[in-house]
Amino acid sequence: MNNNLKILTNGIIKENPIFVLLLGMCPTLGTTSSALNGMAMGLATTFVLVCSNMTVSSVKNLIPDQVRIPAYIVLIATFVTVVQLLMEAFIPALYSSLGLFIPLIVVNCIVLGRAEAFAAKNKVFPSMFDGIGIGLGFTFALTLLGTCREFLGTGKMFSQTIYPENFGSLIFVLAPGAFIVLGFLIAIINKIRSYK
Amino acid sequence: MAKLKSSLRNMFLSLFSICLVAGMILAMVNEYTKGPIETSKKLQLENAIREVTPEFDNSPAEEAYWAKINETDSLKVYPVKKDGKNVGAAIESNSMRGFSGEIRIIVGLDEKCRLLNYVVLQHAETPGLGDKMKFWFKEDKNNRNIIGKELKKGDLKVSKDGGSVDAITAATISSRAFLEAINRAYTAYSGGVSDAGSGATAPNDGTTEATQKK
Repeated sequence: MNNNLKILTNGIIKENPIFVLLLGMCPTLGTTSSALNGMAMGLATTFVLVCSNMTVSSVKNLIPDQVRIPAYIVLIATFVTVVQLLMEAFIPALYSSLGLFIPLIVVNCIVLGRAEAFAAKNKVFPSMFDGIGIGLGFTFALTLLGTCREFLGTGKMFSQTIYPENFGSLIFVLAPGAFIVLGFLIAIINKIRSYK
Repeated sequence: MAKLKSSLRNMFLSLFSICLVAGMILAMVNEYTKGPIETSKKLQLENAIREVTPEFDNSPAEEAYWAKINETDSLKVYPVKKDGKNVGAAIESNSMRGFSGEIRIIVGLDEKCRLLNYVVLQHAETPGLGDKMKFWFKEDKNNRNIIGKELKKGDLKVSKDGGSVDAITAATISSRAFLEAINRAYTAYSGGVSDAGSGATAPNDGTTEATQKK
């Protein structure tokens, strides 16, 4: 159990997919124009990550090495499509704001990366914890990034106005702002980590 | 269990069975969600129509028709009736001139072509800027409000283009596209009714001018 806890926190802090591993930059920069979008994208990815990690680790012995990548991609794409269809059917409100990003999870290299690096070598339970940990780390990073951009760009936090919008600077809502904020956040996190 | 060797037979069998199972799962989920998805889409459209039109007692979705706005383009019009009388229509309109991608709106006009309300169905404008169109043009501030305007008086334009409507701050392109969608809806409705030749109490003045536009 102690070991599983370690795996869980590993994904959130030591191997945070965004701030440390620098994986999955495409959805990171694209979806974090507001805190809420970032969080929802993170949670959807977490769900897919947990499902794919568990499946891959349980069928890993049935998949010959040379075809493992196509096999993983088929598995991941299946889960993503299932998530998309279920979301469209039962939570249409969420789907209308996030639907565009859901198919992007398939090509998110975090999901494939964890399947390859962790789930293919470990048992089902540790893989599940790894999926939860990395997913939460991803969600945390996306939410933080989204909050900063929303705050600097529009003066809001989770759609709550903090200061008048006229003082916000437009660039943070657009793509260049994503790079700038991400760079500063990584610098800050590295500084904090170097003290340890 | 030992790991399977990468022989041709093993590779073929394992990929084949994975695809088979994945296909089966997807087919099942698709079958299972088909109904709810359709219902929720229909409900969404119905709610949008209800929101932008006066009270009605017919079923606009069944009486919908395509109204031409020029040679190659047409929009879907949902006529709404009360006690058999035409009280207006909801028009599904769009514009490709947005900041990013298509903007789809549904516009409610009464029989005198007054703008009753609008709902933004789909857009990919910048969050925090262009996406403010959802409520910006309904606000009673300066010259923002376009609700209640009679459209036959002429095209709606942002003040930068010499028009009478205040554009969204820092999102003039989105505002232009949005107003274009509204104008297209008007063109379709006023031109479409006479094209269809329905005997309904339709707006007739301005029709020829509108159909010639574009």
